[in-house]
Amino acid sequence: MSTMKKSVEKSVSITVRFAGDSGDGMQLTGDQFTDTAAAMGNDFATLPDFPAEIRAPAGTLPGVSSFQIQFSESIIFTPGDQADVLVAMNPAALKVNIPNVKKGGLIIVNESVFTENSLRKASWTSNPLEDNTLIDYQVLKIPLSELTKNALKDHPLKLSEVERCKNFFALGMLFWLYSRKMDHTISWIQKKFSKRPEISEANVAAVKAGYNFADITEQLPVQYEISKAKLEPGVYRKITGNEATAIGLVTAAYLAEKTLFYGSYPITPASSILHILAAYKHYGVKTFQAEDEIAACGVALGASFGGQIGVTGTSGPGICLKSEMMGLAVMAELPLIVLNVQRGGPSTGMPTKTEQADLLQVMFGRNGESPICVLAPKTPSDCFDMAVEAVRIAVKYMTPVVYLSDGNIANGAEPWKLPDLDKLPAIKITHPTAGTDGPFLPYKRDPVTLARPWALPGTPGLEHRVGGLSKADLTGNVSYDPDNNQKMINYRAEKIRRIANDIPLIEVHGPDSGKLLVLGWGGTFGPIYQAIESLRGEGREVSHAQLTYMNPFPRNLGDMLARFEKILVPELNMGQLLMLLRNQFPGRNFTGYHKMQGQPFKAQELIEEISKHL
Amino acid sequence: MSTENAAKPEGKLPFVKADFESGQEVRWCPGCGDYAILAVMQRTLAQFSIPREKYVFVSGIGCSSRFPYYMNTYGFHTIHGRAPTIASGLKSANPDLVVWVITGDGDALSIGGNHLIHVMRRNMNVNIVLVNNRIYGLTKGQYSPTSESGKVTKSTPQGSIDYPINPISIALASEATFVARTVDSDPKHMGYVFERAMQHKGTSFIEVYQNCIIFNDKAFAPVTGRETRDDRAVYLEHDKALTFGKKKDRALRIKGYKPEIVDLTLEKNADDLLIHNEKDEDTGYSYFLAQLKYPEMPVPLGVFRAIARPTYEEMLNAQVEDSMKKKGKGSIKDLVYGRETWTVN
Repeated sequence: MSTMKKSVEKSVSITVRFAGDSGDGMQLTGDQFTDTAAAMGNDFATLPDFPAEIRAPAGTLPGVSSFQIQFSESIIFTPGDQADVLVAMNPAALKVNIPNVKKGGLIIVNESVFTENSLRKASWTSNPLEDNTLIDYQVLKIPLSELTKNALKDHPLKLSEVERCKNFFALGMLFWLYSRKMDHTISWIQKKFSKRPEISEANVAAVKAGYNFADITEQLPVQYEISKAKLEPGVYRKITGNEATAIGLVTAAYLAEKTLFYGSYPITPASSILHILAAYKHYGVKTFQAEDEIAACGVALGASFGGQIGVTGTSGPGICLKSEMMGLAVMAELPLIVLNVQRGGPSTGMPTKTEQADLLQVMFGRNGESPICVLAPKTPSDCFDMAVEAVRIAVKYMTPVVYLSDGNIANGAEPWKLPDLDKLPAIKITHPTAGTDGPFLPYKRDPVTLARPWALPGTPGLEHRVGGLSKADLTGNVSYDPDNNQKMINYRAEKIRRIANDIPLIEVHGPDSGKLLVLGWGGTFGPIYQAIESLRGEGREVSHAQLTYMNPFPRNLGDMLARFEKILVPELNMGQLLMLLRNQFPGRNFTGYHKMQGQPFKAQELIEEISKHL
Repeated sequence: MSTENAAKPEGKLPFVKADFESGQEVRWCPGCGDYAILAVMQRTLAQFSIPREKYVFVSGIGCSSRFPYYMNTYGFHTIHGRAPTIASGLKSANPDLVVWVITGDGDALSIGGNHLIHVMRRNMNVNIVLVNNRIYGLTKGQYSPTSESGKVTKSTPQGSIDYPINPISIALASEATFVARTVDSDPKHMGYVFERAMQHKGTSFIEVYQNCIIFNDKAFAPVTGRETRDDRAVYLEHDKALTFGKKKDRALRIKGYKPEIVDLTLEKNADDLLIHNEKDEDTGYSYFLAQLKYPEMPVPLGVFRAIARPTYEEMLNAQVEDSMKKKGKGSIKDLVYGRETWTVN
């Protein structure tokens, strides 16, 4: 029973950040909060932010794992710049995350663990709960560990197991604070621990205890409500980029009436695509965990040669290792999809952090003139559409296609309005059979697409050899003839250029001409869009376009750029798209904005940067 | 030319060697051992009733890796060391194909060492011919991973300081289910080994001692020469004693952990001779054979190991079928909708 009358206020958008040790279950807690936001009809976007170390020493700064979600009654595009509420499970989580909280925001700390020892582990020289460190914030000191222990004192669990329930206590508190229903999480717990009823009951009790504690405590005088978002009518599910990529690939194979073959070597943050696809064998998917990145690309190319949809996936340094095999795919002119979930580099870099700095690598990082099609999905759900596109283009043009996702959209989740499956166009593939009109010519090209025929081993009468040596036109035989070489180089370049006739035009958000266009690419869509929305809401005149077809560019890009006095190109690299644009569209006024901190853009920093150019 | 031999009329059996000749001009050096390997391969395939469109020859880089161009089958001349990966993907995609990997000592054991190990441990049903001439031919004569220590080449003017590795040992350590060795100068034996490899289900690994007439002439001559091989090689036959010599008057046995040569003219009734067992699951015995080296011991030729194990592609496809059986064939709607959805009106 609450002893005080609490008020209920409406709120539009809230950003919550959960932070704790890698072993504290912060990603799981965030996922549960997200699922509930979805079930309650909010729009949302998430940002998991975790270390590469599996379990860094407990209580230390490198071991802090965080999960941020913005949920809203309006349409949102980012996981929020800074949190309205931070839940910090220990001193290290607090230290790492103070910069991620809005001034005046609420910080809920697990007071139980602010001991001398754990403060020292987190490099605090004095207790931040007792000095002026948190003077700009509302601080709620809650002995989460103690309260959880008390709540579960009648449950037959070991102390270490009780300790592990405290994240659910914290989750329960936030459920109350934002008027959330608990039933989704409760049924999830019951299902997850169905074989261990004592664990299930304790976790359910912890959620409820947290909820009731928040309801009773006088430290939380206000409860907030966030209404349903006015999303477009339709059926929705929660989706991360890597999930959408996997589902898109399987769907594309289905549309092409082909088997999907995925060759990969485990690497963060691409591995979950392998895990997801490995569990999709009942959709006919074959997965192959190869001995290394090169082999992963090789088996995918071998499967393509054999007539399946060969896909390989990687991240960071893995893409370097695949380069030579990608060059072979260019020469052999076989379909191949290469997923690159970009992460912080160079070298091993920051495996769990995001970046967009592999664009020039995939454009040019092969020996010789080796043009390749490059796509870049812009949001988690867009990964579905672009994965289907990658397959469509690869098989139609007999070319490798690189798909540049990034760590941010790969792990971030958002609501996905499910497509009308009956309206997805079939991907038409024709394999030649022995004809009567003369010998088979493996390099005879389609006059429109310039694609060569995809003749499958096992087809009588079409025996032929392909390979990495320079190819004679039509026959594909080895040829070092100078004129022929020039001709084949030209064909391969022209084939990629012609893809531009077969992809959507780029669209401008805002006026289609004017003083300033902000041109982003791939996974930076959310914060750029949000920034432009804010500025336009204030009456500023600025437009936005987001490239998702990186090579070739949409055929109207040049015309669009010509209608703006200045083009600002924000990228999570040091100016790679900028370099391509300056080369292809000389005379246009481009300016870059670069950030390489392993973090996505914040809408606010973009607002500030864009404002400088207005 | 890729297509000079247009489709052979269906049902025309048996095949002849010419059915497998692509008609492209063969460009190995005159006297190269690869000519013999090519001819034996073409003759061997002609003995089977498998149509040529079912064969795929996959190679890496090196002299021997030009092989696919000369076979009138499907072929893929890939990149250095990576042929086993392409072959693995291909065989996984279409298990009906008969896939041969043609590689060399540099391609397979140096740049492609990792892939060679893994294709064998997976027991992918492909046939691997490792053409070993103990030298880099295509790059004009540098030492290879099988070159003897002290080898003087352009890249090792003072002699190489690496120790060589033994391809058969690598194959056994990688759990290859069929391991054999043959020589380019004995087409009959090579044909026998290729035929056995064709019949074996699982990875077949064949080392061929091959002579590079330009950069490493007569590297194996002491063992493989017509005059000497009866005395210096021992031909492995399952369930038979390891006898050798022109008159089969010598044999092998194990004393302690070491091999010993038995002179049968002196020990006519020796009952402790080593009996060859290619079916031994344990690689201890076959590894012992792999260590027999000239000049101390006769060099084994033939099948070291041939054991039955399920193949990778068989199990991969079984897992797919099994999942479909257990979970039901997945529908795209289930896939896209997932476990939880909500509706906005």
